Amino acid sequence: MKTLQDLKDIKAAKHGQIDIRFNPDTAEAAEKTYVLVCGGTGCQSNHAPEILEELTKCIEDTGKKDEIQIIQTGCQGLCAKGPIVVVHPGNVFYQEVDPKNVKRIFDEHIIGGKPVEEFLMVEEGPNGEDIPYVESPFYKDQMRMALRNCGKIDPEDIDEYIARDGYQALAKALTEMTPDEVIQTVIDSGLRGRGGGGFPTGKKWQFASGNRGNVQKYVACNADEGDPGAFMDRSILEGDPHSILEAMAIAGYAIGADQGYIYVRAEYPIAVDRLYIALEQAREYGVLGKGIFGTDFNFDVDLRLGAGAFVCGEETALMTSIEGNRGEPRPRPPFPAVKGLFGAPTVLNNVETYANIPQIILNGADWFNQYGTETSKGTKVFALGGKINNTGLVEVPMGTTLRQVVEEIGGGVPNGKKFKAAQTGGPSGGCIPAASYDVPIDYESLTSIGSMMGSGGMIVLDEDNCMVDIAKFYLGFTVSESCGKCTPCRIGTKRMLEILEKISEGRGELEDLDKLDELAHYIKANSLCGLGQTAPNPILSTIEHFRDEYEAHIVEKKCPAGVCKALLNYTIDAELCKGCTKCARNCPVNAISGEVKQAHVIDASKCIKCGACMDNCAFGAISRK
Amino acid sequence: MADIKVTVDNITVTVPEGSTLLDAAHKAGIDVPTLCYLRDVNEIGACRLCVCEVEGARALVAACVYPCTDGMVAHTNTEKIKDYRRKTLQLILSDHNQDCLGCVRSTNCELQTLCKRYGVEKTDYYEGAKNEFEIDDSSASIVRDNSKCILCRRCTAVCEKYQSIGVIGNNERGFETYIGQAFDLPLAETSCVNCGQCIVACPVGALHEKDATAAVKAAIADPEKHVVIQAAPSVRVGLGECFGMPIGAEVEGKLAAGMRRLGFDAVFDTNFSADLTIVEEANELIERVTKGGVLPMITSCSPGWVKFIEHYYPELLPHVSSCKSPQQMFGAVVKSYYAEKKGIDPKNIVSVSVMPCTAKKFELGREDQDANNGLPDVDYALTTRELGRMIDEAGIDFINLPDEPYDDPMGESTGAAVIFGATGGVMEAALRTAVEWITGQQLGKDLLEFQDVRGVEGVKEASYKVGDLEVSVAVASGLANARKVLEMVKSGEKNYTFIEIMACPGGCVNGGGQPLVPSGIKNFIDVREVRAKGLYDLDSDRPLRRSHENPSIVKLYDEYLESYGSHKAHHLLHTSYVERKVNDDHE
Repeated sequence: MKTLQDLKDIKAAKHGQIDIRFNPDTAEAAEKTYVLVCGGTGCQSNHAPEILEELTKCIEDTGKKDEIQIIQTGCQGLCAKGPIVVVHPGNVFYQEVDPKNVKRIFDEHIIGGKPVEEFLMVEEGPNGEDIPYVESPFYKDQMRMALRNCGKIDPEDIDEYIARDGYQALAKALTEMTPDEVIQTVIDSGLRGRGGGGFPTGKKWQFASGNRGNVQKYVACNADEGDPGAFMDRSILEGDPHSILEAMAIAGYAIGADQGYIYVRAEYPIAVDRLYIALEQAREYGVLGKGIFGTDFNFDVDLRLGAGAFVCGEETALMTSIEGNRGEPRPRPPFPAVKGLFGAPTVLNNVETYANIPQIILNGADWFNQYGTETSKGTKVFALGGKINNTGLVEVPMGTTLRQVVEEIGGGVPNGKKFKAAQTGGPSGGCIPAASYDVPIDYESLTSIGSMMGSGGMIVLDEDNCMVDIAKFYLGFTVSESCGKCTPCRIGTKRMLEILEKISEGRGELEDLDKLDELAHYIKANSLCGLGQTAPNPILSTIEHFRDEYEAHIVEKKCPAGVCKALLNYTIDAELCKGCTKCARNCPVNAISGEVKQAHVIDASKCIKCGACMDNCAFGAISRK
Repeated sequence: MADIKVTVDNITVTVPEGSTLLDAAHKAGIDVPTLCYLRDVNEIGACRLCVCEVEGARALVAACVYPCTDGMVAHTNTEKIKDYRRKTLQLILSDHNQDCLGCVRSTNCELQTLCKRYGVEKTDYYEGAKNEFEIDDSSASIVRDNSKCILCRRCTAVCEKYQSIGVIGNNERGFETYIGQAFDLPLAETSCVNCGQCIVACPVGALHEKDATAAVKAAIADPEKHVVIQAAPSVRVGLGECFGMPIGAEVEGKLAAGMRRLGFDAVFDTNFSADLTIVEEANELIERVTKGGVLPMITSCSPGWVKFIEHYYPELLPHVSSCKSPQQMFGAVVKSYYAEKKGIDPKNIVSVSVMPCTAKKFELGREDQDANNGLPDVDYALTTRELGRMIDEAGIDFINLPDEPYDDPMGESTGAAVIFGATGGVMEAALRTAVEWITGQQLGKDLLEFQDVRGVEGVKEASYKVGDLEVSVAVASGLANARKVLEMVKSGEKNYTFIEIMACPGGCVNGGGQPLVPSGIKNFIDVREVRAKGLYDLDSDRPLRRSHENPSIVKLYDEYLESYGSHKAHHLLHTSYVERKVNDDHE
């Protein structure tokens, strides 16, 4: 059991090690060389473990154990350039590190003091020039609050978290604030739910705060991140798990709960491992358990692993699943704050929401609400993906425009292609077209243009993406993830998907658009839970912004982006064809005929549109239209 | 609880706090449509038929589960809502086997009724893939045709909550969701007890009993066969509903007349063998009490209950009375005593029953239910519904049939027998006989009615001083309630002398073979109470109200069985049980 003084001592002892990583320019001379290796899921699956092994071997071989320390961190953010290694002092970033090159970096830089230029992390500048990573917009323009410790501390070492003021917020809440003051602070901060709904967090806590001490209550954390392409919550859990435990304990104190549950998907094994380690350490230090910091407040947390059903991210389904039943939503009211987990009042917040809590308590509501817009305070983490140079995790103040996120921080669309739209909010969200490129990112603005903040997935689409195909993808996801409980979602989404399939296969009629629209509005209004109520959004927003593309599929039977297979035709330009026969030899269905040195012809009735001919033509004679 | 005011479609009503919008609308005289909702059992808001608008609410609400607040203003019938309901129905139809004319539930289907109400003209408005299923007819009692299932989950809810069995549940998810057994086992290979409560709960034709009418009609048509039928107590307060009569209408005499017109060679009453059961069972109870046998003794009339204990509490089987059920006792006597009396070769007798029960179809095929040289005691068990269909098919004007008597020698019965159909009825009938036998004194009219064991409550308890004996009894209906009682017996928390258990909540009047009442009625009227009242009225009108007073029973012992519990009685009227497993072979 650690006292408050113990925590202060730990912080002081760790200061030198931590400061250099967070304030590389102003920190005092470092005691050692620190080598940070990214231990996020992306880099872990991309040779990071071998890099660690290699580095450890190098240190052993040179016997410099006391001078060089390796730290495995959580996600650094720029996953596109992983695996990433950072060396302090110097704040030097290496990108796409090959385990084979570790020894060179070690010898030349870590021992020799001279960074290895050719492996350094660089960003492409506006004129195609290389600019050092730490001067790039990706590094400079972000504002890392929820991710403040991610990529910089060892998530498996509670002392590193403590050195970053960890558990000080809990101490402050328990020893200096009443539960109502804690709630008021969260209300005043303007923090809203980061999981998608955007409900004011403090209000949620307030609803569950009645009758403290007399009834069983629970605090739950929604770590069932399920949007395709989203990994914000995973990264926080992997990079800074203690921040979530601390926040949950604060919530427990605020509402009068002594037990928390984190519902995390089993597909996040690294996050799960680190959470278990964090739990064990927190209990050992007494920051979870009985009589925390000498007060009479008890709080503990358990994990519940989900099997990966998307619907379990819906709060009532999540609780049903924790209770041991098939994860399906139940009607609201009663709301969880009144009757949640096991029928008890429950506060349920998402990972990123919790990640903001300790700092709000430590620094005060006014510190937090100075960032962001009038109604959306603080920052938002986005997982950037799709047609974007800097695939990865970014955190920006609310109100940043989509253009800034995509063009500057995200490094723009690759290969000189044009930005077409950004999909936010996953299967519940919609597409923001280029015309809304300058829309500030906040809850209200995104909703007003038919999308939503969602949990933070942001998929960038370029001119090669077909919007009918995109709508079909998201709807297909919803259809396969629908729990099947209510009629509109179970059958309605399936019928919408079938209409989309019909359109993308060239069998659509103009009336289908009316039917889609009608079904979409019906499903939104009638579905039992948020999954069904938002499932039509990708369709509604693509029809609204890209109706011409739908019409092209229906009327002209063409897919303008060249994606929908059934609408494509491969033809051989007789002028350009040399009669080399390579296309015919590579056609898997013998759809191409022609004599040697004569122009070849594709039989459209046999062609399966696989594109093998085009890939194999050396003369550019084959085109796809 | 305080009362609150709610305005529904411009009508302001006062309802108790905690009422749902559905309740308030009902009070205002508006029938908000439901498909999935079953009060207290399936409150899941899933079908979305009952969506309504509440002023100030963010979205539409499901009336069945939406709690009223004071001053709430709701609209249940706007054009928008009706349009939505129509679309919900059309979506359901798009994945529904629309062979409605050939469906057993045609004209008695809740989906069909709502389609008509909302003017669903285009049944193919939404087109697309349909799920395909094989019919599961593995069970002796229950047939599942998932092509007609609308996934309201009423069946799974009753299986889980009424019966605490839960052998059916949701498999797969989304559009592929279907109701089935774990590991897709055929129903017959599970610990399903065949109670048929799932059928009673089903709003459509996805569940029905395994039909035996064709075989029965073929037997009637066969001149070589002597076809006898027995009708269980509860049938006489159920069958009328098949012909539009009020719930619980008493049709004892019309029932006999109807069966006779169908061509049965003899029309008998299971009440006769209910009396027979009582004298054998009371005798067994007294023997157990006086000779130190296993107590408490538990009744064995309900085949769903018997299979339940065989699966879930086999260690308690010695508590179960060895008496066959009235249906089986009847069959055994028909193929012996009656056959001899009539001079008919038992092989040519076809023994048919009509029961409020689906588990009876399973019971007749059990082991040790073939007392006469391996001939089954009962050949076919029909449900009340099946008999209703036969009468309808024969063009018999049931409502206007005269009241006719049952045939001798197995048509005579007492008031004690007729109350078998209600929970507590077997207990009461047994007490009437046992108390008189033990004390040697006749019970006065007031003491004859054991009110403590009447009523639809799930578990009832009472204690009686009988002579020197303290007799403590319990009555449970619904297997979830049975489980509670058995747990108390197991733990030693309670020392009962005698326990009555019926598988179906409320007893046989609410059996799995009874006519189907739409949820829109069932959610507001306790069908069990109404039907049971019909039986208790019959009892109080009967001149004879004690089983041992039944002259035909007395004669049966005099002429044939010799004495209660005699060797012959044991051979014909008692049976044995088996231990069964709970799906665990398939882990």
